[in-house]
Amino acid sequence: MAEAAKIASSLLPTGHQRINQLEMVGIVKRFPGVLAADKIDFNVKAGEIHALLGENGAGKSTLMKMLYGLYHPDEGQIRINGVKTIIRSPQDAIQRGIGMIHQHFMLVPSLTVAENIALGMKSSRGLRLDLDVVSRRVLELSEIYNLKVDPGLPIWQLAVGEQQRVEILRALYKGAALLILDEPTAVLTPQEVDGLFRILKQLADDGHGLVFISHKLHEVLEISHRVTVLRDGRRVNSIPTSEATRPKLAEMMVGRPVLLEYEKNPPDPREQRLALEGVSALSNRGTVGLDGVSLSLRGGEIVGVAGVSGNGQQELAQCISGLRQVTAGSVEVDGIDVTNAHPSKLHAIGLSYIPEERMIDGVIKEFSVAENYVLQDHAHPKFTTARIFMLFHKIREACRQAIDAFEIKTPSTETLVKSLSGGNIQKLVLARELSRDPGVLIAAQPTRGVDIGATEYIHQRLLQERDKGTAILLISEDLDEIRALSDRIAVMYEGQIVGEVENKDVDIEQLGLLMTGGG
Amino acid sequence: MGLDDIFTASVFASAIRLATPYIFAALGETFAQRSGVLNLGVDGIMLMGAFTGFYAVFSAQQAGAMSEPVSLVFGVLVALIIGALMGLAMAFVSVTLKAKQGISGIGVYLFGLGLSELLFQQWVGTPKSVSGFPRLNFPVLTDLPVLGEILFHHNLLVYVAFALVPISAYVLNNTTFGLMIRAVGQNPEAADAMGVNVTRVRYATTTIGGMLAGLAGASLSIALINLFQQNLTAGQGFIAVALVYFGGWRPWAVAAGALLFSFVNALQLQIKVIGADIPSEFAVMAPYVITIIALVFAAKRQEQPTALTRPYERGE
Ligand SMILES: Nc1ncnc2c1ncn2[C@@H]1O[C@H](COP(=O)(O)OP(=O)(O)O)[C@@H](O)[C@H]1O
Ligand SMILES: [Mg+2]
Repeated sequence: MAEAAKIASSLLPTGHQRINQLEMVGIVKRFPGVLAADKIDFNVKAGEIHALLGENGAGKSTLMKMLYGLYHPDEGQIRINGVKTIIRSPQDAIQRGIGMIHQHFMLVPSLTVAENIALGMKSSRGLRLDLDVVSRRVLELSEIYNLKVDPGLPIWQLAVGEQQRVEILRALYKGAALLILDEPTAVLTPQEVDGLFRILKQLADDGHGLVFISHKLHEVLEISHRVTVLRDGRRVNSIPTSEATRPKLAEMMVGRPVLLEYEKNPPDPREQRLALEGVSALSNRGTVGLDGVSLSLRGGEIVGVAGVSGNGQQELAQCISGLRQVTAGSVEVDGIDVTNAHPSKLHAIGLSYIPEERMIDGVIKEFSVAENYVLQDHAHPKFTTARIFMLFHKIREACRQAIDAFEIKTPSTETLVKSLSGGNIQKLVLARELSRDPGVLIAAQPTRGVDIGATEYIHQRLLQERDKGTAILLISEDLDEIRALSDRIAVMYEGQIVGEVENKDVDIEQLGLLMTGGG
Repeated sequence: MGLDDIFTASVFASAIRLATPYIFAALGETFAQRSGVLNLGVDGIMLMGAFTGFYAVFSAQQAGAMSEPVSLVFGVLVALIIGALMGLAMAFVSVTLKAKQGISGIGVYLFGLGLSELLFQQWVGTPKSVSGFPRLNFPVLTDLPVLGEILFHHNLLVYVAFALVPISAYVLNNTTFGLMIRAVGQNPEAADAMGVNVTRVRYATTTIGGMLAGLAGASLSIALINLFQQNLTAGQGFIAVALVYFGGWRPWAVAAGALLFSFVNALQLQIKVIGADIPSEFAVMAPYVITIIALVFAAKRQEQPTALTRPYERGE
């Protein structure tokens, strides 16, 4: 069948009706203390990939959850093919042909693919499950769309990319004509991203409408036909992607021009500060977490550790910072053996750690900014009398200086940390860790969930530290970040370092291959 | 005194009878927990079921208003309804009000303990017995040697309890309702996004759990012991909760655990009867100790509802 004829027909390959045009008009949504959507207009057409771009907290997910019936707009209307529609619940949205793939996958790990798809649907056998019928239809659909999955496998046995395919299949199964994907690439390897993009293009060619939510500029430029930028709950602009450029989009997102590439001084590596020799450790589940990792780090360099989430990066950071038992091998800082040393000893010899789970391991949410600032140094002579009685005026004073120096946006030093944004909390953690002038800095996912503005700042700060001579281990799942900052890159796969390369000699494809063990 | 004196047919028969209330209560609790609601109030609901079931039968039989079988059915219905109401109360507090489940369960327990005692004092006074569910006789089967006594000479509720095991397993594993229960207990966010009404499912399972707990109580007061006294259950509801963990949230394994526990219990009674010189305190402790040890070593299972005790909030 000719392409043109396929687009013109009002049916999708799944046999469901198309949604030719979906509009959101003047949408307002308030949460306590936050205006998450402020008179937003948005529309998407059949056959189109419409990117929704914005910083964390800009209101992208909120806007789309209103289309999917999870939230309800306070004002404004939604029109499907020109008809005003009220979407009361996800069930309602599904019936009208709207499907959503959430940022955190909405799958039940212990259930099979078929069970996950059958969930919430009518069975052809009344009260009895009809998993065989579901499985057959799933196989049909996976044929049409080239989405290979085994309907009988439980979700927990699938790789992340496969789980995402299940999500997409499920939406198609339920008749989605319009598909919303909320940051679908966040958890994927570069190869998986390519695969996803092929699927998305095919879906659009077949007449589906797609909303692609992202905060990554290059992805938006690569995949979308149109792009709408949100900032602080407001729509900044909607433009055809052909008229967009990276700097232009970044400026729309942040509200001011942003540095996307950093000026880096040539590396000036000095003496060795951190050395790992054959370090092994167990994971939380008791399986092998780290498997004989050797790594060395010199002052004045940033070594990036790349890898797909869950390949030992977390265990690596914890082993170095004394938070996980090393079962074999040794860790040395400045020539001193610190294998399984207590974190307080590590602090004392100048190791700082920016933990991955900043809300759990990095700060105490219910404490104030000042209290969090002195978490480690609360007994330091400069903040106490006789190491017992805390001198709060001194603590506040030091904290105020840090707030200025690190441009932390907080009403006061006494504000509770839980009311700050992710970016500002991370700046606070960074300020605390750098205040001790560390010789070695372990930074685990330092900008995950942090807005572009703060990310830019944190990156600049890390580069400054490097130039001052600090040895920095940067553990990140964000390849762009690794590429932008590292001098050397170590790639982790299944608890091992499977490759170590100079940043300037490597391209993203090679890294992607190493990350999936194919190096 | 040999092993023959201990492992008699009557010990096996009484193990099966003793397992009945545990099976009812633990199956009900399995439904609730599979959907993510930990109801620690089972024992209190059992007590209320036991008392109200008993009292219904007692007054009906006293007044002579009904024939004996009808009065027993009436007692069961009353226990089911009271159990359902208490299950609903638990659901309201823990699902709608999103209270801490551990605490609200203890509240339901204390409420049931206190109210059943109060009503008993007010309406009955001293322990009195009723004629409860009679033991059934099956042609041929009951007369079989050994097996007849072990399997075919129990009251109706014993058979109902055992019949509920495959039924529960089927409902959980092979029906759309069961799929919703499992999903809601593992990942309520996902279930909600797929159009499953999390609140409704949890209300349903907690109410089913309450009904079965009520029935468990009635099985004591109008089928096994045939009387009511204060704190009749003596903590059996808590053992039922432990059995759910023990069985890894699977009906067959939960029932097997109930049988094992009851068997140790029956043995313990038998040892006391034949006067073996083991201090009776040890014998009484044995089933509980064995349960605790088994719980410690029970492996973490896929079936474990990861959202257990976690109220669901859509966040709007
Ligand atoms: N359920 C909620 N309750 C209160 N505030 C919320 C809720 N969901 C989102 N918000 C707030 O609304 C704003 C937009 O959030 P969100 O839509 O998640 O942003 P994005 O998806 O663009 O990162 C944020 O300030 C966030 O804190
Ligand atoms: Mg979001």
